[in-house]
Amino acid sequence: MGPGFRRDSGGEGVGGRPPVSALIEGRTGAWEVVIGLEVHAQVTAEAKLFSGAATAFGAEPNTQVSPVDAAFPGMLPVINRHCVEQAVRTGLGLGARINLHSVFDRKNYFYPDLPPGYQISQYQQPIVGQGRLVLDLPDGTTREIGITRLHLEQDAGKSLHDQHPGLTYVDLNRAGIGLMEIVSEPDLRSAGEAGLYLRKLRSILRYLGTCDGNMEEGSLRCDCNVSVRRPGEPYGTRCEIKNLNSVRFVMQAIDYEARRQIALIEAGGAVMQETRLYDSGRGETRPMRSKEEAHDYRYFPDPDLLPLDLDPEWVERLRAELPELPDAKKARFVAEFGLPPADAEVLTAERATAGYFEKVAAGRDPKAAANWVMGDLFGALNAMGLDIEAAPVAPERLGALIDLIADGTISGRIAKTVFAEMIETGEAPEAIVDRKGLRQMSDQGAIEKAVAAALAAHPAQVAQYQSNPKVLGFFVGQVMKATQGKANPALVNRLLRETLGG
Amino acid sequence: MALNKEEVAHIAKLARIRLNDAELAALSGELSHILTWVEELRELDTENVPPMTSVAAMRLPMREDIVTDGDCRDAILGNAPQTAKGFFAVPKVVE
Amino acid sequence: MSRLTDLTLAEARAGLRARDFSAGELTEAYVSAMAAARPLNAFITETVDRARAMAAEAAARLARGEALPLDGIPIAVKDLFCTKGVPTTAASHILDGFTPPYESTVTDKLWRAGAVLLGKTNLDEFAMGSSSTTSHYGPVENPWRRAGDNRPLVAGGSSGGSAAAVAAHAALAATGTDTGGSIRQPASFCGIVGLKPTYGRCSRWGVVAFASSLDQPGPMARSVRDAAILLAAMAGHDKRDSTSAPLPVPDFEAALSGDIRGLRVGIPKVYRADGMAAEIEALWRQGIAWLREAGAEPVEISLPTTRHALTAYYIIAPAEASSNLARYDGVKFGLRVPGDSLEDMYEETRAAGFGAEVRRRVLIGTYVLSAGYYDAYYLKAQQVRTLIARDFAAAFEKVDCLLTPTAPSAAFAIGDHANDPVAMYLNDVFTVPASLAGLPAISVPAGLSQDGLPLGLQVIGRAFDEETVLRVGEVLERAAQFTHRPSFIAG
Ligand SMILES: [Mg+2]
Ligand SMILES: [Zn+2]
Repeated sequence: MGPGFRRDSGGEGVGGRPPVSALIEGRTGAWEVVIGLEVHAQVTAEAKLFSGAATAFGAEPNTQVSPVDAAFPGMLPVINRHCVEQAVRTGLGLGARINLHSVFDRKNYFYPDLPPGYQISQYQQPIVGQGRLVLDLPDGTTREIGITRLHLEQDAGKSLHDQHPGLTYVDLNRAGIGLMEIVSEPDLRSAGEAGLYLRKLRSILRYLGTCDGNMEEGSLRCDCNVSVRRPGEPYGTRCEIKNLNSVRFVMQAIDYEARRQIALIEAGGAVMQETRLYDSGRGETRPMRSKEEAHDYRYFPDPDLLPLDLDPEWVERLRAELPELPDAKKARFVAEFGLPPADAEVLTAERATAGYFEKVAAGRDPKAAANWVMGDLFGALNAMGLDIEAAPVAPERLGALIDLIADGTISGRIAKTVFAEMIETGEAPEAIVDRKGLRQMSDQGAIEKAVAAALAAHPAQVAQYQSNPKVLGFFVGQVMKATQGKANPALVNRLLRETLGG
Repeated sequence: MALNKEEVAHIAKLARIRLNDAELAALSGELSHILTWVEELRELDTENVPPMTSVAAMRLPMREDIVTDGDCRDAILGNAPQTAKGFFAVPKVVE
Repeated sequence: MSRLTDLTLAEARAGLRARDFSAGELTEAYVSAMAAARPLNAFITETVDRARAMAAEAAARLARGEALPLDGIPIAVKDLFCTKGVPTTAASHILDGFTPPYESTVTDKLWRAGAVLLGKTNLDEFAMGSSSTTSHYGPVENPWRRAGDNRPLVAGGSSGGSAAAVAAHAALAATGTDTGGSIRQPASFCGIVGLKPTYGRCSRWGVVAFASSLDQPGPMARSVRDAAILLAAMAGHDKRDSTSAPLPVPDFEAALSGDIRGLRVGIPKVYRADGMAAEIEALWRQGIAWLREAGAEPVEISLPTTRHALTAYYIIAPAEASSNLARYDGVKFGLRVPGDSLEDMYEETRAAGFGAEVRRRVLIGTYVLSAGYYDAYYLKAQQVRTLIARDFAAAFEKVDCLLTPTAPSAAFAIGDHANDPVAMYLNDVFTVPASLAGLPAISVPAGLSQDGLPLGLQVIGRAFDEETVLRVGEVLERAAQFTHRPSFIAG
């Protein structure tokens, strides 16, 4: 939330609770921000949507281009079945209606990175219809955001405007890559909600494996439709902010744009519908020159293709094969492991994290497992800048470490040392404990000697004990020091009390 | 249906074809003539008639997700009027 | 033995296998005929070296007794088919210098069958026309002249170069493409056989697109049998074309049984509509009589929506063309006229690159797709198209094929209709309905007009029933005994 926000409720959601919405206090009163997002998610696939060229990121310019992508005369599109499957699976993951009959249209406009002069997209009959996405709000509640539609379309190439003073360079490697355009209802009410929506959508896409969600590489891009209105009034005129490639920029752009529109209206002006760009350097949005000239896309069904008719049995098979998605997994972690929802949400945000946690928790105390994963493991991974797939400690070994604490082989404190060593070497905890001789000392005789030695060494503190029992802690420390921390703390405490008290 | 010069100019802009005044005038006549000729379609009742999507009575065929093409930059750039450093080059665009 | 260039494809094929002459001799005969035919402007590019090399390979296979179906047969290819390493122009200035790095599926099949490429033939720019006069490379001349009138006549279009080359014996046969009549009408104007296969029978991959939902490659030849032989090599499923039919290719030659007894031939009276030229109607009656004599049963049928076909076509085809031609923008290939800005470059390039007719159609197509007009024009036309297809479906409940004239007139003089687009469009009135329904149709030379010009009859068949179309076509061919020769024969 940016400054100037105060929590308040208002506006209507498509389901569930009314939105927790941030009103913006303007000079003339409160304004409500209304946001709808259009996300372009690159379909995870080897080849392009309508050509056999590769999709790998970062290749030399124009080396992943087929004559089809470059729109050479007489070249024709043939659709990639896997891309269709990924779109359907994503639709199913969003609880959306799958349209068994959909149509590919041509969206006509001229631009150098659009070789045919039209983009093959889906206009009136998309492959996926209405669905929903559940936001987990900071106050622990949830809210449903409506998904209007999802359709398949081609990506454009890349125009580089900064390579030459008088020229724009065009790389068509990206041209023709399959995209899923996922459009939300105007249900979002703050930059914060927009951020939550994006993170949740990204999480679902990654669970499904239909998009890698990599915003840096442009696999996930976002257009924001932003308007403002007085609470309860009809929607205002919206502006579309194009091509935002990070959650942070999305939130910053929305904040800026909302304030710009409010200032404009409060100054007696009117918002005009336009496409704008976000300048992350300046932190402001500005009109997009190339889009100024009124465009007329002249959509019509692509005569090189036929309507896409899906086999209902095939769709049902895909539905049956869907993985457990974040919401379901979170609910299960709460129910099955008795975790607090907040912890369950952290542990299920990434499929890999959830999988790691479940291996650690298997047959052990889930709370201890959660603490180790979210605490020491995340801490270590962050410090090393690694993600969980690259964790140097296998979940089975973290589990074994927890077992060593449970069966009294080592103390919780020693365990931290062992874990640090495991991060270094990836060694099994038992091996480290043995090599370094860290087994907990539970031999009463040995501990009694250490206790006796400690008392003998500090008669003054012994004398204080009756008046000030806190010195017990001092003696525990002395004994642990004498045993390099290996003495069983419970046993040390008992023996000290007996001898001092006696 | 008559198209005046301004309307023809708008369409020509959409189609990215530069036309001078004389051409606009001539085309507004020719295009109006053609559009008036096709007017006759209106008399036909097409209520509830589905538009033809394709005469090919078949399902949309699909490919497998395999890389079979690309990696042929020379062939792709070989016919281009202007290239630089492996890119197509066009007059600078201001976003 | 008559001159090599007088042989039909079937005769030449037999002669080559019998070693009466060599593939080299046959190709040389056509290379000189092609040169002699230059006054017709039928070819945009002559590929003599390639022809000789291909002939040599064919000769070697023939000598080994490993003859391919078309080994050593010199053909011409409409310059709308992309040919690897050979400039492909679509007769447009905007494709200046374009040399495809790939071979169209149809021509690739022809070369694999042993055919020899003589050259690329002239056409209306981007196949938009019915006269082959809108080419950037100048008009094609029809080898025929009116009796006692030496004015040059159009070869028809858009495959006019192919038709003229075949009629003048400058090629043994040729490929054409037909969108609204572009194979059948020039065939009729030049006195040869032209077949538009069912949409989806021949692959469109590698053929410069005009109107994707209508374009269809097909054979142009001097006899129905020759057309059948060529079609067999051109046809077949192509997984690179999503609209290509996954069907086996029948033995088209075997369909030429000459037996049409009991066949029901539909006669669509609506075609007789408003003022059909007397000589055209007479020819049509003659054709009906021939088929009846051959044992077929003429049946009057109605195609109520057909009278709207031409206008629907002149909305749909330009609409698709306006989008298909957007790729010619001076960025990837062909002509670029430099400009201060990108927009300047686009507009100057496309203004300089496209001729008058292409501009007209691109603008009409842009208009009928634009906001506010889509429903009234494009959507309406596609609905009309559905009705036209239903008309044919109903007709084919009663009949096995349809007989109509191919064109409303014989060839006209170069320059006629030049400044009246609509009058020019009317040339397609009889050919467009089958195009809109995607049906196979053949034009067979059946007689001469009063002033001595060839006239064709059209047989339309059920989808993917080219066999009946060819069978009936051959019966007409035999009955007509069309042995007239054009005033100009190159070889
Ligand atoms: Mg969009
Ligand atoms: Zn999009």
